[in-house]
Amino acid sequence: MRRDRILLAHGGGGSVTRELIDKLFLVRLENPLLKPLDDSAVLVMGGKRHAFTTDSYVVKPYIFPGGDIGKLAVCGTINDLAVMGARPLWMSLSFILEEGLLIADLQRIVESIGATAAEAGVQIVTGDTKVVECGKCEGLYVNTAGLGEIVTTNSLGASNVKPGDTVIINGPIGEHGVAVMSQREGIAFQTNVVSDCAPLWSLVKAILDTGAEVHAMRDPTRGGVAAAVCDIARASNVGIRLHEDALPIGREVRGACDLLGFDPLTIANEGKVLVFCRAADTASVLAAMRENPLGKHACVIGEVSEQPPGTVTLRTTIGGERIIDMPTGEDLPRIC
Amino acid sequence: MKAMVQNIAQLSQRVGHDVKFMEVCGTHTMATFRSGLRQLLPVSVRLVSGPGCPVCVTDPSYLDAAIELCGRPNIIIATFGDLVRVPGTDTSLEQERAAGANVRIVYSPNDALMLARESPSKKVVFLGVGFETTAPTIAWAIWRAARDDVQNFSVLCAHKTMPQAMDALLRDKELKIDGFLCPGHVSVITGAHIYRFICERYRIPCVVSGFESWDILKSIELLLRQLAEGRAEVENEYSRSVNERGNEAAQRLMAEVFEPCDTVWRGIGIIPGSGLAIRDKYACFDATKALGVTFPEAHVNPLCRCGSVLRGAASPPDCRLFGHPCSPTHPIGPCMVSGEGVCAAYYKYEGVAA
Repeated sequence: MRRDRILLAHGGGGSVTRELIDKLFLVRLENPLLKPLDDSAVLVMGGKRHAFTTDSYVVKPYIFPGGDIGKLAVCGTINDLAVMGARPLWMSLSFILEEGLLIADLQRIVESIGATAAEAGVQIVTGDTKVVECGKCEGLYVNTAGLGEIVTTNSLGASNVKPGDTVIINGPIGEHGVAVMSQREGIAFQTNVVSDCAPLWSLVKAILDTGAEVHAMRDPTRGGVAAAVCDIARASNVGIRLHEDALPIGREVRGACDLLGFDPLTIANEGKVLVFCRAADTASVLAAMRENPLGKHACVIGEVSEQPPGTVTLRTTIGGERIIDMPTGEDLPRIC
Repeated sequence: MKAMVQNIAQLSQRVGHDVKFMEVCGTHTMATFRSGLRQLLPVSVRLVSGPGCPVCVTDPSYLDAAIELCGRPNIIIATFGDLVRVPGTDTSLEQERAAGANVRIVYSPNDALMLARESPSKKVVFLGVGFETTAPTIAWAIWRAARDDVQNFSVLCAHKTMPQAMDALLRDKELKIDGFLCPGHVSVITGAHIYRFICERYRIPCVVSGFESWDILKSIELLLRQLAEGRAEVENEYSRSVNERGNEAAQRLMAEVFEPCDTVWRGIGIIPGSGLAIRDKYACFDATKALGVTFPEAHVNPLCRCGSVLRGAASPPDCRLFGHPCSPTHPIGPCMVSGEGVCAAYYKYEGVAA
């Protein structure tokens, strides 16, 4: 069959996206800093380690329960730095605006960018504005870059997870994806679920301040927890086992997923962090997380072993075991 | 749950031979894989998946017809999401959408009807595939379109009905099915009585099952108990949603709009009376008549064994394409595409080596 065009699935954050990165981008652009494909690149400047990241935001609708594209852009950028152990310092901000966008909407979005940046202690230091004809984009798209200073001596990265590690998450999953979907034309449904969109640096700092041996952190955005753990299992060549009855999933998120035929494990989050740490440090990491408002519901959801390498399994509630595979990514375009 | 698993083990010993139960419905297939339920069963109890995934049993010529249609000017194709990635002979609706065709994913036929009302200069064609579960909603959309005179709405209809397919499988001597887990959602509409002929004619037990793990375990237990006691009856485990007669209003609506026809099932062939065709009274909403759609013979990869998988005659790992090159990222057959496809379930939840 012909496969000569970009599909929505190429932007889904699953195996189709991964294939595009490997076969089209990496073969042409590979270098040692890009190759790890972590949430940020790690750059050494003036003897200090820095994290550098970029992201684009095309979420539809651009205002959703619990946030808007502006808050999402700041949180997304900060979180990609934070999970590399970096204190976010500076951000760039570029807008692609559609002719006809209400200035009041733009104002609201910029205000939420200002408020979220202030909350997280990051400065917007450069930007750009472009406008395209009516119908060429839906409202607005946002692009950011972020730079932060790595403040931990731990070497954090998707390939550093070790057998024996514990897998921790800071709270219930799937809320961002369900909140955005509930507003979608065609599937709009009544729900009280709001996006979990939040800047995670204060929580990550609290984790690092415990002195725990943390090997990797990930914010499970597009592709959800499933894509994040699959990525890490592959990069670290370890087996990861999650426990279904330990997964924090809200009743409404579960209900919406049942109704629409989605697996909550593959639904996007924007205020969650997966922490892989040495088993002996589990209690101290959990205690530190639970003291932070963003980590009140932190819990252990699984553990890492040697076998089967590169594979994620789920111990199901009824005592069976199944594989968790990388989602393909076509389910939910434009969730972030 | 543990008690149920123990009962199943004891009953299977009482039965004294290996048994093969077919779960007809794709949602059951997915549920058994997602929960890891298959591993809890004794080795003598085997679950095989049946032809209950609507996308999977759709003949490839239907997809080619839909793809041809989406290339015509002023056509909007409205479809459930699963169908867009299924490969036709040369391409898929997903590829055609990327090349500029107007293909919209909707969540109900009513959304497609609304789209037609909002787009008076276009012709909206809804791809009607599925079983008794979705047929009433499509009948309703056609009935509404007729009442409100929405002239730019039509349905490319490939609806199918389940009992005739189960009958066809039972005539296949190769299969030897010892019991059916009957589809819960279909039965909400049809009522549990439609399976009675299976017990009477073939002496095979049937249990209408819900979709939770404990529903399915309970249903397996009921099937084994029937075998152990030498009974063959229709039992209703899903009585919280299913009754004997079904949803009679929905049945009347279906009878108003549709009539039975012979139709092709992928992997099984033509089953007499197993399809739903739009009645002549509503012919202007039948895309085959209103837009002159034909179904050219399709070419599929000859190595693809979706057909045998759909009859429960082969399991996905028996197929040489399974895993490499056929995967959810690059599906070759429909069973790898659909959220309810058996190959997708094996690939996702058991892995390629399974």
